[in-house]
Amino acid sequence: MRKKTVLWLQSGGCGGCTMSLLCAQTPNLFSVLDDFGLEMLWHPSLSEESSDEVIGLLEDICAGRRKLDILCFEGSVMRGPNNTGRFHMLAGTGRPMIDWLRDLAPLAEHVVAVGTCAAFGGITSAGANITDACGLQYEGYQPGGALGDAFRAGAGLPVINVAGCPTHPNWVLETFMMLADESLRAEDLDPLRRPRFYADHLVHHGCSRNEYYEFKASAMHLSELGCMMENLGCVGTQAHGDCNTRAWNGEGSCTRGGYPCINCTAPEFEEPNRVFTQTPKIGNIPIGLPTDMPKAWFIALASLSKAATPRRLRVNATSHRLIEAPSVKDSPLK
Amino acid sequence: MTESTAPRRILAGPFNRVEGDLEIRLDIEGDAVRAAYVNSPLFRGFERILEGKDPRDALTIVPRICGICSVSQSVAAARALGAAAGISPPINGERVTSLLHAVENMADHLTHFYLFFMADFARQAYSGWAWHGEISRLFQAKTGVAVRQAVDARAQLLTIMGLLAGKWPHTLSIQPGGVTKAPDARDRVRCLAIMRAFRHWLEANLVGASLESFIALNSREALEAWSRGHIGLFLRISEDLDLGRLGPGAPRFMSYGAYEVAGTHLFKAGLNFDGMPGILDTRRIVEDLSHSWMLGETSHPFDGSTIPDEAMRDEAYSWCKAPRYDGRTVEVGAFARQLIDGHPLAPALLHDGCANVRARVVGRALELALSVVACEGWIKDIEVASDFISPAQIPDFAQVTGLCEAARGSLGHWLTIRDGRIAGYQIVAPTTWNFSPRDGQGVPGALEAALVGARVTDGEQTPLSVQHIVRSFDPCMVCTVH
Repeated sequence: MRKKTVLWLQSGGCGGCTMSLLCAQTPNLFSVLDDFGLEMLWHPSLSEESSDEVIGLLEDICAGRRKLDILCFEGSVMRGPNNTGRFHMLAGTGRPMIDWLRDLAPLAEHVVAVGTCAAFGGITSAGANITDACGLQYEGYQPGGALGDAFRAGAGLPVINVAGCPTHPNWVLETFMMLADESLRAEDLDPLRRPRFYADHLVHHGCSRNEYYEFKASAMHLSELGCMMENLGCVGTQAHGDCNTRAWNGEGSCTRGGYPCINCTAPEFEEPNRVFTQTPKIGNIPIGLPTDMPKAWFIALASLSKAATPRRLRVNATSHRLIEAPSVKDSPLK
Repeated sequence: MTESTAPRRILAGPFNRVEGDLEIRLDIEGDAVRAAYVNSPLFRGFERILEGKDPRDALTIVPRICGICSVSQSVAAARALGAAAGISPPINGERVTSLLHAVENMADHLTHFYLFFMADFARQAYSGWAWHGEISRLFQAKTGVAVRQAVDARAQLLTIMGLLAGKWPHTLSIQPGGVTKAPDARDRVRCLAIMRAFRHWLEANLVGASLESFIALNSREALEAWSRGHIGLFLRISEDLDLGRLGPGAPRFMSYGAYEVAGTHLFKAGLNFDGMPGILDTRRIVEDLSHSWMLGETSHPFDGSTIPDEAMRDEAYSWCKAPRYDGRTVEVGAFARQLIDGHPLAPALLHDGCANVRARVVGRALELALSVVACEGWIKDIEVASDFISPAQIPDFAQVTGLCEAARGSLGHWLTIRDGRIAGYQIVAPTTWNFSPRDGQGVPGALEAALVGARVTDGEQTPLSVQHIVRSFDPCMVCTVH
């Protein structure tokens, strides 16, 4: 069977999604490519080909001499200055990257935006966005972006947004596997066109601090063990991602590392209109409530659980390490 | 004049196996490069993104400048904010910060050797050499046995980041007062196990002997006699292709000092100009904008600005600014650090006072070995019952600097806080130094100078000598312009 081809381009980003991808273990990137019939035509960090060898490949694809199955694009699309795209001219070609993207994307069977920059604009579009950076098919929450809302790749899907800053290596690899065996359908993408296999989870799921959350035993400062929702800006109860059930770099996640979830899989995470590590409140109530939770119930349950917080959790929540261990019972558990 | 000796111009790019996008214009005369012009073709504007924000937000934003030097960016920002708050981390916070930073730098050195640099010797153009078969088996891009094993070794090493820093890249664990996770006894022994496994990998593959015996090399003769491991293979190629003379940079080196614990750097800060050691004074640094698409005057980073020239005027050719120390170009990186720190092998690798392709590659291998030993020490020294973070109160007004050594060299953040907001944030990254364009005096940057004289074979589109020189710097283009 013919191998499916993959072309990977980088533009207005940090390269961190590629660096993260190389952290994949069992299977790693190379095993997935080999075992799922994928041929990496060119990747800027991995391939031998440079300069004219690469430009020849791009020209072959544009002229229809080479079939492109999966186009991966990492980093924001640079539209500035003044809509020329010249803030990123693809080296050696004298052409803005946005022009190459617009030529190549319609020729691909699938287009994958790797990372939040490519999906929605991301960190590169923060602040006044003087470079006019955007995502492939979104500008923040606004559909459109560099390719326009109506864009569909050859196989009929819109741009697949593997959002995350950075992406978890397996979000990219599992997307590859599903594209390779043609099992990813339109209904497998969520309303922001992120693969549901990771975006239909909340970061809160599996959070190692959940007992603190249940009793509203909150950390006051970074590194303390308690729940970070009330004071430290954590939006894990609203953010989409399976970060705490699949874990990062072995056993990690942001909340396990002692700092809050900043919702990096979402559009406009880069401009929360507050300090990233501080929770905005009205009175004593955080503005952002857990997803699908009615406000009145949250307030009622929060005040009830605060009143019922066991001493152990209250003590540990504002400590940097466990002060009081869970008690050991002297008879079999019932 | 035959066709091959007629002056010609090459536009090389996209230059892959470097971090980010890179374009180099080469003027070639006869069989050599006569002049080189280095263009960093991507501008994102992080310094402008930071302006107006709460200073604490820098810790979320700056790691995202770069996916390969992410922790270095965090460390520089944390140092600047720590200076503003007038605090530094408790000693165990410093140990963990140094460990996290060294793990990233080691992963980068490994990635450079196994994924970015060695692949070029597997090219068909070298098929006549005795080592070509072995090199292709080990280092061919994407398929080489050593390439694939190195990717796994790197992923395993980076599980230390998962344990102590949540994830890599883009952790928020590095703070002005220390780190956000206090390791427990179990984290400590697991980190030790991971580091020892990484040591075994390097000993079995990169150096083919104990790290200590490689660290003990102290002369050019001893190095040239080293035939073991992948570094031995490189040294053999180096001899055949004369890489010890290829790509001489500026005879001036700088280091801000790497991995500070209890007031002492593991690799000390300083200068080495024309063989003379010197004391670093960052007030002598300026950024020149004459050949970059930036508007404004030459100035010290505290007075600097980042206003892109949207017209992209013809006299300029890069988004990169041109940093100068005392008006001079300098080379930064692992080799510069080892030279300044006084490792006896470093001066033995200079050729005519300059670093070169071999010196840069060996400098990284040496640093990998030294860093593993240091990390083992920091991990063992971690006192799990102690403090890892101190509270930090950021003042409303401050003008401070945050310095560190990234894998590729000296990284500085110059921060001005006014009315509790970031009023100025200027970043000078390692590759900004190494890959700077010309300055107002027309003096080329370190790489531009290193490329002059590089040999060009008939019909070469992107000369292999140029590729070796460029990649020997391990450029990070996303940091360069940011």
